[in-house]
Amino acid sequence: MKKNVFINGIGAVTTQGVWRAAFFSEARVLDHAITSAEQPSYNGLISPGAIRRMSRGMKMGIYAAQQALAEASVTIPGAIVTGTGLGCSADSDKFLRSLWENEEQFLTPTSFIQSTHNTVAAQIALQWQCKGYNITHVNGAISFESALLDTLLLLQTGEEEHVLLGGVDEVAEQTYTFLQAAGDIKADGIQETVKNSVSPGVNYAEGAHFFSVGASKTASSYAEIIDITLQNELEVSETTSFLKDFLTTNDLRPGDLDAVILGYNGDEQDDLFYSAVQQTLPSATPLYYKHLSGQFDSCSAFGLAAAAFILKYQTVPPVLYWNEKNPAKTAWKNILLYNQYKGKDHSLVVVRAC
Amino acid sequence: MTALKEELKRQIIEVLNLEDITPADIQDDEALFGEGLGLDSIDALELIVLMDKTYGIKLSDPKKGRDIFQSIETMATYISENRTK
Repeated sequence: MKKNVFINGIGAVTTQGVWRAAFFSEARVLDHAITSAEQPSYNGLISPGAIRRMSRGMKMGIYAAQQALAEASVTIPGAIVTGTGLGCSADSDKFLRSLWENEEQFLTPTSFIQSTHNTVAAQIALQWQCKGYNITHVNGAISFESALLDTLLLLQTGEEEHVLLGGVDEVAEQTYTFLQAAGDIKADGIQETVKNSVSPGVNYAEGAHFFSVGASKTASSYAEIIDITLQNELEVSETTSFLKDFLTTNDLRPGDLDAVILGYNGDEQDDLFYSAVQQTLPSATPLYYKHLSGQFDSCSAFGLAAAAFILKYQTVPPVLYWNEKNPAKTAWKNILLYNQYKGKDHSLVVVRAC
Repeated sequence: MTALKEELKRQIIEVLNLEDITPADIQDDEALFGEGLGLDSIDALELIVLMDKTYGIKLSDPKKGRDIFQSIETMATYISENRTK
């Protein structure tokens, strides 16, 4: 028999600052092509000797992991499962720049050692002396969801009791310049939000989101994660059957969903998929979050944090509403999250109040 | 020699990303590894690359590094005697 899975703690370092009670009430809508995460003080958390070698992604990851574990009162997780699209790309940038500028000579070790995608999960394991299962999933815009699926399998089968689940991606100057040149990121100087976007590309950002996930409900629990499904590619016309199959598998009807959290990012082609799902679920209140998080490969973790927040506190922060007028609701039980990027990496996640 | 020592201090701070440390905080005879500045083996590799890239000195014998990297003083002496750049 499958065990239940609960989100018992959350930590995050984002463009909206760190995870806190006023996270959504103090949130501001992003309107720049690239926005860096607001950095907390790392003094006391990471030793001065170690921090000098760490890129922002590593520091953000350790901070968010610490927050999630502390909230859930977990000292050492049984496993660490992370997802990242580009990994420690700032160190990759640095190493490749050094390789280029020095004509493949004088290569320094630090940035090379730390340029791998699993550096954040490894540093967290070192920090907490966690010698258990440690893996990083690197699957583009579905990286975090792949980590979430792995986490569900570990907990539902009883292989682990506590898993530290996270998603991390960082702004790397050269990499993001390439993404801008490719038209994925809006051009410098353009100030558009998700809702008033007219130019090509989307607003990009960075962030680290961690969840202490366990097989037991605790006093700090936010929500129960029911299920997840992934699909590499879909046409807009196929989204309805993708959604209905998932709901059927979980014995849910469209009317059972109180809200649907959509990954609207301001890109015309991307948003067609979200509109299609929204139209299939007319009774679910549509919500969005990428106007606050920005786009990056693991940004859907921000959406999961938003869902968990709503289910725990039984209120929707006004900044998350997609529509201006919404039906008055006082109870939020089931929330569906749908994410994809450029018509690929589709994921559906359903979370429930606990 | 004084200018070389100051240059070395600035380079070490930059290459090793020694946050909150200024050249004035590093004494010429202060130990770079262990008790002093607290550098470690990865830093030693960075210093070997620094010597090669900036001063054209290739350190092929790691045992030599232990003496050369004792302090800013010993590094500056070795560089001034062996530099090719």
